[in-house]
Amino acid sequence: MSGEKFPGGQKASYRVVLFYSTSGTLVAEKILKRERIEYKLIPVPRHLSSDCGICLRFLREDEGRVMEAIGGKVEIQDIHSL
Amino acid sequence: MGLIDNEGLQWSNLSRKQGSNPNAMKGSRVIYLDNAATSWPKPRETWRAMENFMRHIGANPGRSGHRLSIEAARIVLEARMAVAELLGIEDPLRVVFSRNATEALNLAINGILRPGDHVIISSMEHNSVMRPLRALEKRGVEIKVLACSPEGELNPQEVEQAIRGNTRLIVMNHASNVVGTLIPLAKVGETACRNGVIFCVDAAQTAGAYPIDVEDMKIDLLAFTGHKSLYGPQGTGGLYIREGLEGVLEPLMRGGTGSRSEFQEQPDFLPDRYESGTPNTVGLAGLSAGVRFVLSQRIVQIRANEEAKTQLLIGGLESISGVVLYGSRDARKQIAVVSFNIAGLTPSEVVMELEEEFQILCRPGLHCAPAAHQTIGSFPQGTVRLSPGYLTTEEEIHVILEAVGKIAARVTEGGVAHV
Ligand SMILES: Cc1ncc(COP(=O)(O)O)c(C=O)c1O
Repeated sequence: MSGEKFPGGQKASYRVVLFYSTSGTLVAEKILKRERIEYKLIPVPRHLSSDCGICLRFLREDEGRVMEAIGGKVEIQDIHSL
Repeated sequence: MGLIDNEGLQWSNLSRKQGSNPNAMKGSRVIYLDNAATSWPKPRETWRAMENFMRHIGANPGRSGHRLSIEAARIVLEARMAVAELLGIEDPLRVVFSRNATEALNLAINGILRPGDHVIISSMEHNSVMRPLRALEKRGVEIKVLACSPEGELNPQEVEQAIRGNTRLIVMNHASNVVGTLIPLAKVGETACRNGVIFCVDAAQTAGAYPIDVEDMKIDLLAFTGHKSLYGPQGTGGLYIREGLEGVLEPLMRGGTGSRSEFQEQPDFLPDRYESGTPNTVGLAGLSAGVRFVLSQRIVQIRANEEAKTQLLIGGLESISGVVLYGSRDARKQIAVVSFNIAGLTPSEVVMELEEEFQILCRPGLHCAPAAHQTIGSFPQGTVRLSPGYLTTEEEIHVILEAVGKIAARVTEGGVAHV
């Protein structure tokens, strides 16, 4: 995961969703996997939070599907563009 | 039972053969009848999962973002999901892990009760409920102990009658660890729910051995232990916490959770609110595999199997003269825990003979539940407790019955027990 390129130079084509706990993040990950939505588990970017946890990154155009899939199932802490 | 690995059994047989017992039974296999204390042997999946974690993963779950840490966190989540599936819990994050049922019960009891509160329990409770409550009693918590019948049965109507304006909590074990008698959980749950009282169940003896559904039974808090009928290792257990209760349930401990590290206050969301410090991930890997084993065997199947063996044991013991049997004497009303005594012998004398002569391992005494023994009339000497498990064979039950028969016959013939 540490080799992951952060979107410093990339266009903001990604969104990240943050959860309150690692467990919550992994529950959401399972849902995205089941729904076959493309995602990546990444460390929470430092500018978003000083948390030491992880979050899910997905393509901006998938936001509607992501929200529908995890809405009401796992509590979302925050959602950001990268 | 191809899923079971007997390496452990064979190993102990070996050391036994080399031991000092010339009367070792033919075949010299130990018969383990102490599953109510800890189940053994474990399905091979349990220790394979633990070995896999130790050898290939090993990292701290949820503390770092690297792949091994995430893999470790996945293992913990898998364990939560398995437990949730087994107990009818919709949201796996409402399962918080602890060292054992005792810690989970301490969390529930100390976390809910305040001075001036009233709590209702049965007279069959384990010391993991009694002792935290007796300590709270000194600080102004009122305790009502509902007397069960000598068979260990609770009249659910008495629960309703015992409820008062300040009744905050009802704590009951699902089944007694002394005589196995089941409590009518759904009825008590319904009563608690109707009266707005929090219902906490000690499922140490039943989780994995008897069907449980926290919704159907209206359970608010459920304590379980991993090392008994869930076929996990010692050092694992947990508490199910109904949604909304985190507002009134104080954590037992506070500390690092890997989440919200910028704040000095404990997080308020589950499971982190109640899980401070690095968890027993290797144990949870084993627990997860153990619960998956239970799910794959199907709980109704496990229950039917254990019920049949329990009936066989009860019927056999009843027919031995000199044996005093405790409990309901009806396998349909209890789990696979049977208590008895042999007139003229102390429980520890019987247990010693069972081990030395017949290689049968079980537990004498009070089983951490003095009030239960008072209820059934076996205090203070206690009983001999036989607790077969899912993996105990019918043949083994016959061996036990024969052994008890021989020991009892010796007493009635006037032979002195060699102690
Ligand atoms: C009814 C009951 N409650 C609580 C416990 C405590 O479980 P543990 O020793 O795993 O904390 C046990 C078993 O020891 C038990 O049988």
